[in-house]
Amino acid sequence: MTRGPGAGAIVSGLGISAIGRRSGISDVELTAASCRQAIADAGLVAADVDGITSIGDTALSTAARELGIEPAYRGGGMTTGGLLSPVMAAALAVTEGRARHVLVYRTVNMIGGDMTPREPAENTAASEDLSAAMDLTQMMSDVDDLLAADAFSAANWLAMHCRRHMSLYGTTKEQLGWLAINSRRNAALNPLAVYREPMTMEDYLAARMVSSPFGLYDCDAPVDGSIAVVISRPEYAADCPKPPVRVEAIGGASGRGGWFHRPDYPTMASADAAREMWGRTDLTPADIDIAQLYDGFTFLTLAWLEALGICAPGESGPFVEGAHRIALDGDLPLNTYGGQLSAGRMHGYWVLHEACLQLRGEAGERQVRSHPQVAVVAVGGGPIAGSMLLTG
Amino acid sequence: MTHPVIAAAHERVLPRLTPANRPFWTSGAQGRLTVQHCAACGRWFLPSVDTCDVCGSPPTYDAVGGTGTVFTYTTNQHQFHPAITPPNLIAIVTLDEQDTLRLATNLVNCTENDVTIGMAVRVLFEDHGEVFYPVFTPAGPSR
Repeated sequence: MTRGPGAGAIVSGLGISAIGRRSGISDVELTAASCRQAIADAGLVAADVDGITSIGDTALSTAARELGIEPAYRGGGMTTGGLLSPVMAAALAVTEGRARHVLVYRTVNMIGGDMTPREPAENTAASEDLSAAMDLTQMMSDVDDLLAADAFSAANWLAMHCRRHMSLYGTTKEQLGWLAINSRRNAALNPLAVYREPMTMEDYLAARMVSSPFGLYDCDAPVDGSIAVVISRPEYAADCPKPPVRVEAIGGASGRGGWFHRPDYPTMASADAAREMWGRTDLTPADIDIAQLYDGFTFLTLAWLEALGICAPGESGPFVEGAHRIALDGDLPLNTYGGQLSAGRMHGYWVLHEACLQLRGEAGERQVRSHPQVAVVAVGGGPIAGSMLLTG
Repeated sequence: MTHPVIAAAHERVLPRLTPANRPFWTSGAQGRLTVQHCAACGRWFLPSVDTCDVCGSPPTYDAVGGTGTVFTYTTNQHQFHPAITPPNLIAIVTLDEQDTLRLATNLVNCTENDVTIGMAVRVLFEDHGEVFYPVFTPAGPSR
């Protein structure tokens, strides 16, 4: 097998700020906290960092100035890897010799809905700013049509995927609930998670409806926070003070078909990203020890389980039922930090951070005991998708 | 066959009209839903395209029957927009002309309890001035 793009890059450092609901801490302060921690964790000083990437509102120049660095390589924004594009860009940069250590960060300030337009203006193409920022108009080709139908939130858009999946395969509301319950159980063991009180199925089912069949606990929890990782060239593995986590394969998607025009709907771009990733490795779904799968909405995790080939189409609901198989001591521990549902919406970056912690054996009380060696990290929904296979 | 025009209950966030999409959004004024169509190979297009993705011909606009089936749906219960008071019933409808010819819309004259996937629906147009927005109403028994 010829190694794919980015393969062999290592995650050398991890950093995470305080995570809170309306914390009042500025994005710059959160960014500085996670970045300084990641750089130190990698055994580096700021001056060693010669690359920086990110996605979102906290500009590269702002972060670089705060850290007192002037990295020559700067990348980021959204490409085919979806929200993980900056991580993938960093992996490419270090394996192609364009940088030695790339700092990647994601900082959020209570962002609303994973792709929800803020305050759409009347009678204008409301998605214009978003699609420009995302660089891939294909992914947003039918957003204007959804907004015209008074579907203003990704909760509406993805609830319709979920409804179709339920109709085709008999997926149930309770099966979605087991994902929320599993995440809450794991969050109880994560000191940084925002929601740690136990949740029962009764609690889950009693929550107010947001967009049927999604209730409040099918939706993730907006937070303030920042997560950073250092991606280093393969040669640094020998000097890295922490167990290096290796990038085995990455996959992305073009976003063809937008939000509701894929012929194979409710299949999403996640299927394309997973196919690309599996095409770049000799590993197979049976090799996965732990899965950290995006859960901006519960249903997205089911979609990823099927996209990744962990379950056959339509079988993800029964797979998570009872939350035994996906528990910390189950066959496939899932969203071991508490997910975006209970830990907080770090927009695809806590799944990455957690996968690395687990592969290092540094996840504390929630550490999976069976010494996981292979982790899958998968992020996105609708036409946006990126996945990574990591090895310890 | 022409379809009824009804008054708009509220303003919508409507797409900017372009030469490519204008007939779709405005033809409801005549009570007809028109969709891009390839005269050469017969394919219909939503969203609009520059050229037919099958044969490369320039598409024309032609009237469709205005009937379809519910492909999927959701009832929004959260006030995401100050002007839109929930609950509002959002759906993707497949037009009868082609099994992949889908549009986003609202279902009217019904609630979620009346709706099933596959239910037959037909178009009505909301008058928004230049734009006549297509919404759908139950057409009769499920099929």
